[in-house]
Amino acid sequence: MPVVSIAKKLLWQALQLPESFTRENFDELCFQFGIELDDVTTEREMVRKNTGAEKADASEEEIYKIEIPANRYDLLCVEGLSSALNIFRQVSKCPQYRLLEKPETSNDKLQTIRVDKSVSAIRGVVVGCVLRNITFDDASYNSFIELQEKLHQNICRKRTLVSIGTHDLDTIQGPFLYSAQPPKEIKFAPLDNTTVFDGVQLMEHLDGHLQLRKYLPIIRDSPVYPVITDAKGVVLSLPPIINGNHSKITINTKNVFIEVTAVDRTKALVVLDTIAAAFSQHCATPFAVEPVRVIEADGSINVAPTWDRPHVCESKLSYLNGVCGLSLSADEVTQLLAKMGHGPITQSAAGSDVTLHVTVPPTRSDVLHPCDLAEDLAISYGFNKLPRILPKTVTAGKQLPLNKLSDSIRAEVAQHGYTEILSLILCGREENFGHLNRADDGSAAIISNPIGTEFQIVRTTLLVGLLKTLHSNKAMPLPLKLFEVSDVVFQHPNDVGARNRRMFAALFCDRDTAGFEKIHGLLDRVMLALDVVPELSGAVVPGKHSYKIAPSEDPTFFPGRRADIFVDGKKIGVFGIVHPAVLKNFEIRNPVTAIEMSIEEFV
Amino acid sequence: MEHAEDKDQIAQRIVDALEATGPFSSNAWAAQHGLDHQAVVGALKSLNGKEVVVMEQFDVSDTILSEEGQQYITLGSPEARLWNILTSTMSNTDAENAMNDKGAFKIGMMNAMKSGWIKSIKNADKTTSLERKADKIEDSVQAQLKLVAAKKADKVAKADLDNLKRRTLIQTSVTKAYKVTKGPKFSVTGWNKKLETDLTFEMLESEAWKTAEFKEFNFNSLGVMPTGGHLHPLLKVRTEFRQIFLELGFEEMPTNNFVESSFWNFDALFQPQSHPARDAHDTFFLSSPSTTAEIEPEYLEKVKKTHQEGGYGSIGYRYDWQESEARKNLLRTHTTAVSARMLHALAQQKPFQPKKYFSIDRVFRNEAMDATHLAEFHQIEGLIADRDITLQHLMGSIAEFFAKLGMTDLRFKPAYNPYTEPSMEIFAFHPLLKRWVEIGNSGMFRPEMLEPMGLPSDVRVIAWGLSLERPTMIKYGLADIRTMVGHKLDLNWAKGNPICRLDK
Repeated sequence: MPVVSIAKKLLWQALQLPESFTRENFDELCFQFGIELDDVTTEREMVRKNTGAEKADASEEEIYKIEIPANRYDLLCVEGLSSALNIFRQVSKCPQYRLLEKPETSNDKLQTIRVDKSVSAIRGVVVGCVLRNITFDDASYNSFIELQEKLHQNICRKRTLVSIGTHDLDTIQGPFLYSAQPPKEIKFAPLDNTTVFDGVQLMEHLDGHLQLRKYLPIIRDSPVYPVITDAKGVVLSLPPIINGNHSKITINTKNVFIEVTAVDRTKALVVLDTIAAAFSQHCATPFAVEPVRVIEADGSINVAPTWDRPHVCESKLSYLNGVCGLSLSADEVTQLLAKMGHGPITQSAAGSDVTLHVTVPPTRSDVLHPCDLAEDLAISYGFNKLPRILPKTVTAGKQLPLNKLSDSIRAEVAQHGYTEILSLILCGREENFGHLNRADDGSAAIISNPIGTEFQIVRTTLLVGLLKTLHSNKAMPLPLKLFEVSDVVFQHPNDVGARNRRMFAALFCDRDTAGFEKIHGLLDRVMLALDVVPELSGAVVPGKHSYKIAPSEDPTFFPGRRADIFVDGKKIGVFGIVHPAVLKNFEIRNPVTAIEMSIEEFV
Repeated sequence: MEHAEDKDQIAQRIVDALEATGPFSSNAWAAQHGLDHQAVVGALKSLNGKEVVVMEQFDVSDTILSEEGQQYITLGSPEARLWNILTSTMSNTDAENAMNDKGAFKIGMMNAMKSGWIKSIKNADKTTSLERKADKIEDSVQAQLKLVAAKKADKVAKADLDNLKRRTLIQTSVTKAYKVTKGPKFSVTGWNKKLETDLTFEMLESEAWKTAEFKEFNFNSLGVMPTGGHLHPLLKVRTEFRQIFLELGFEEMPTNNFVESSFWNFDALFQPQSHPARDAHDTFFLSSPSTTAEIEPEYLEKVKKTHQEGGYGSIGYRYDWQESEARKNLLRTHTTAVSARMLHALAQQKPFQPKKYFSIDRVFRNEAMDATHLAEFHQIEGLIADRDITLQHLMGSIAEFFAKLGMTDLRFKPAYNPYTEPSMEIFAFHPLLKRWVEIGNSGMFRPEMLEPMGLPSDVRVIAWGLSLERPTMIKYGLADIRTMVGHKLDLNWAKGNPICRLDK
């Protein structure tokens, strides 16, 4: 989850909190609202933690680090966070977000971006807006930069889906062009630089840039790069990498032109709404921005932000009450939802029910369905004020038969002196096959993004875990008797192409005996417990399942001291003295006998 | 046996001495009678066990000779030996050879010089020779060591003792000695009666048990541990959780399918395809089998439409949903993938039947591993599907569940989860840590997940989940998860673990 760091002084000021409001009070407020005070630190401490070094001029001012739910982009800056909390605390009313100009496609007063079809294939979406007559101070300017960075890391998915460019509108001249051009033909001085680079040189130049180099692969190998230029051909930005130096904003910038380019229109609009809503509060006309007109590649015209047509979520009063188990009136619900920033809310009769038409503010892109309003209603009411009652649902408890059987076998084997282990299901490919003297037959499910050689596949045998556990418990007195009942996975022609198989495996290890007959006896014991009778001399008991053992060719085990296990004629497992070469692979010096068999046949 | 006889003889002398002259100290008594102190202590302990005597321990510090000091008593100190050798002027080499001990020669030369017994002469050929300086010497070091050996260290001046100590010729040894007095069963003649320690077949047959006297049992002791097999501690906790769900009427879900499609793991849960959890940094994807072939086309179409355009009252995520993304196989990141399959199957049954489901099984996350995180862990999950179920029922069910774990002080925090709304984190007050700790997650499944499955719109599903490892680590005070899960399991710990009673 994203974390925002805000100076305590700034936070208290924005929330209009008295000095006497404690950290604990704030922690509690966060808990009620659904964010989390993660840590309280200082700049000095943060530098020390990150670099291990002391920074002499670092500030000792307290910084609050607050964890924000991953879908609340509006809370990623002090402007949005304080606004939401102030409304929640009923210190301020929900602002009514509006547009400074008529968002009509024919309105020629609007700044215009024309999209060239050349850009459609790589990053075809652009939206924008203008913050008019904004007044930054140090804190709000830094917050403006940091919000963009937070959005880039989160909803923008490290700029792959969406990226943001902000410009001093008074340095450029619309209409703007969004097109894609060969890298060699794009020439401009990038942000904080006076040297002019072409696209290829720029990539080389930024290779050494700590923050920006990770974004280069998004477009680097494309034959054309997306670029935004003004009417005079000045390059505004090379999305999603960097802005031009020419239109750079400063703390003194009055009119900010925001362009958001993307491969996903919905996300582009969310990003635009988030920045515009949060920072319009610093404009001469608070909570109002100037929309931007985009002439798309196909000639259609879109105007954003779409605050003139807000999302109105319609919900039955009975549904909102039903989710929360409450019976509030429409007016009570309206008041509670207002605390979460929603409104205006109108009502219409729907039979005996009421339909609420809830205007969702542009800051709340997370609201998709009335269930999101139901959650807001519950938060506003207070989760912990709701009575806790048991459902009347009557059902009978039921174990999964396979798990019930597994537990019975586990108890049986433990009662006979074997100690249960719990090994990892992921393992290395070599240890699963090669270390056991077995050929890799392609039966295992293989991870495409493994962690080193340790976790490459899903195991197809429990023996690896048993032998490794034995190896790491060398100091234990002998004999050691270990077992495990758990799942392995094989490729299988079902819907996903692989299935689990529940196995039982055990090993016996001593110094002066391999214990072949002990493991053989354990097999007999388990079979006895399962009421499966031995087919000695080929005898079969009518009406009963039966098992037999026969010479095996399994190379994990020692020739002549290995046996396949058959139940009703079907091979279900193997046991035997573990081959010395296998013991060597697992660095085990004492002889070992092991068994592994499927137990699914006994369910 | 010879030793035992000795012990019995000494014991008899101890008993006699106590009777004749009363309490004594074991060390002084042993010295007085020319006996080895350890042998006396052995006899005393045996008498003590029979309550014939009472022993009260005290420390005795003693000055004793080191091996080197012992040597000086017979040979004399090296400085005296060197002086004795130097009957005439000798080269260093000759003197060293005459001493026949390089170490002693060095020590001797140094100390003899310091005492002014000998002097060094530089020869013309740059070698050095030694000759006597004092006409007469007295080997005081040897004399002092002899006093120490005779247990008369108190007759040696403190400065001299310090010097001997510095030269590691003597050392202080602290031994334990005992003040000995008569015990409750003191008897001059009857102390040596053989005491029985066990009841045997022969004693029963001969009825000897009737007359036998039994040795006092040491109640301050541990018994002999029975040997046997053991269930794994984490799985004992799993059993306890299963029991709780079964008591509450929950049905266990078949979670034995580690390989899952992105479709069931994410898409069916209305988790958007651009969600960070679907990143390779968080999830293990498979290269073989890499994709899922079979997904019911009609349901897949509904899921796609809900993501792209919404429906059922939702505006959806409004993005270009990719079927290929949904078909990508992975190792399930949560057992909720199974819950989705179960709810989809439930939706096909008409009329709707209320259900309570649970599971406890392995899930996989491609996360950084440390002392508290592994790439795989057990997820505990419970869910209830019924008509008109509310948030209050969810909180009530969770309260009932955790009460069975002994946790009654709960509160809920609003949270975000892509497939539940409302979502709540569960906190419990930890009486030892004296703060609220997060113990689980919960919520109501989104209608965008349930309705495409075909569940009636008034059916709501409440669910909660937690990990099995975390509460177990807290319960057993474990610092490193790797000593519990995986092959680095500490078998001694596994064998020594108490039975699991979560409510205690």
